[in-house]
Amino acid sequence: MNRFAQIITALAAGTLFGLGLAMSGMLDPARVRGFLDIFGAWDPSLAFVLGGAVTVALAGMAVLKRLRRPVFDEQFHLPATSPVDRRLVLGSAIFGIGWGMAGFCPGPALASLSLGLAPVVLFVVAMLVGMTLHDRVWLRRAG
Amino acid sequence: MTAYLPSLAGGMLIGLSAVMLLLLNGRVAGISGILGRLALGTQAATNAAFVIGLLLGPPLYRFATGQWPPVTITASLPVIALAGLLVGFGTRMGSGCTSGHGIVGLARFSPRSAVAVATFLLAGIATVTLMRLAAA
Repeated sequence: MNRFAQIITALAAGTLFGLGLAMSGMLDPARVRGFLDIFGAWDPSLAFVLGGAVTVALAGMAVLKRLRRPVFDEQFHLPATSPVDRRLVLGSAIFGIGWGMAGFCPGPALASLSLGLAPVVLFVVAMLVGMTLHDRVWLRRAG
Repeated sequence: MTAYLPSLAGGMLIGLSAVMLLLLNGRVAGISGILGRLALGTQAATNAAFVIGLLLGPPLYRFATGQWPPVTITASLPVIALAGLLVGFGTRMGSGCTSGHGIVGLARFSPRSAVAVATFLLAGIATVTLMRLAAA
């Protein structure tokens, strides 16, 4: 396990992710909402973004199967395969409603903070509050 | 078709980022997970490094192309605040967002991610459609 290499990798991966988002046009909530507006003036861009990303990720998965461990850690940290449950569906539905309302999901919202727009700051603060409400209040209440 | 080339190329960069994080660090590039864990203070250094990189993306784009990527916000501030709350709560409850479920999960053929993606797409489509009809 190499902590320093892990941090550099995370920094580089984050930068690549942010650059890709900027290039893809998906930092723009108007275009994201345009993709979701399939009964209106539909903008298919996001399908190309997702298609490009998943295609590259599929190639990565083929390499992953040949590795016994990641380069800079002892083991892979992948979510265990658990069954589809109510939390997954309900949570995803709540996320989808918020996503449709503002046109922001977590990645583009965070990356566009760099543009210094007040509504983006408000969105990110509200998103952090929502995450904290779930992780520190809701989860503990539910036990 | 060429109008969608930047979207395709940008998507491939995002995919490359996810592959890097997976093969080198063994971690899933899920933004809601990374941010949520950062807020909880777990694996703070690597998660903070990823978020800092994410913030560097748009300025690098500006450096390379001479212009900022467009960000057009039409929603009112109360709508933005409510949307942010829902996105934060929902992505943590559903264990992922467009990146973790939509890119890494789908590439792993995870049934949970397929259900999550279908659910948030349908909810998003319904929300945008209802808001357009209500505004008309």
